[in-house]
Amino acid sequence: MTPSAQAASPDGEAALVAKAREGDPAAFTELVNRYERKIFRLARHITQNAEDAEDVLQETFLRAYEHLPGFQGRSRFYTWLVRIAVNQSLMKLRRRRTDRLVSLDDPVDTGEDHVPREIAVWDNPEQRYSQEELREILARAVESLPPPFRAVFVLRDIDELSTEETATVLNLSVPAVKTRLLRARLRLREKLTRYFKRKVEDVFNLL
Amino acid sequence: MSLISCKQFLEELNEYLDETAAAELRQELEAHLAACPNCWVICDTTRKTIQIYKGVDPYPMPEDVGARLRAALQKKVQPKP
Repeated sequence: MTPSAQAASPDGEAALVAKAREGDPAAFTELVNRYERKIFRLARHITQNAEDAEDVLQETFLRAYEHLPGFQGRSRFYTWLVRIAVNQSLMKLRRRRTDRLVSLDDPVDTGEDHVPREIAVWDNPEQRYSQEELREILARAVESLPPPFRAVFVLRDIDELSTEETATVLNLSVPAVKTRLLRARLRLREKLTRYFKRKVEDVFNLL
Repeated sequence: MSLISCKQFLEELNEYLDETAAAELRQELEAHLAACPNCWVICDTTRKTIQIYKGVDPYPMPEDVGARLRAALQKKVQPKP
């Protein structure tokens, strides 16, 4: 590892990857500790199935270990891992939905369906709902999104990948990522507003 | 400065929320927000949508899933002789 390569990776990721490539099991375990939750969450979001997400998690790290010698370090290790996980997740989706092919780069209807209908201020959702209820509401809303929107939303807004990284990982153009992210955000907002909007009687109480 | 429409505002909503809009566009978007209560609500609740997903994970990984991952990896990941 050259000093410049280490400097480019202040969280020590590049150094860990280099050690793991040399066959240090502790280094690979550290990479697993770092990213397992994120990979599980991504797979769970795309496949919408807990069993499939677990399979994807295992296959992703097993494949990553196998193919580590071929990892060139041109991207972050994490985005390389995400690419494996996305491909594995799509295979699971295709297997479950034998009636139609699922591809994240299929053209999706991004037409005029995003015109907001629910326009209302929110109450504080964290005060109104328990953590368990919030999880349920958030899961239900995200499940209503088509898979291509879900993947873009999770990578951009939850994992905080850049637009360019998301485009590379999903084999999409940058404008396609932007369009899908906007549709995903607006659709989720619409769904969540049904749960979180301030009740009319509360508004009257304020008068 | 010409006022932009609600449709134009929504098309630029990502740029506004992600703070990637150029200064001139940002001014136009802010002018629209100040004049349009509906777009203000949509903008505010979209920002809250993103925040709530960042804060509450609908699918936290169960402990036993992590344990089974380690068991599966242990068979493969051995120190090289």
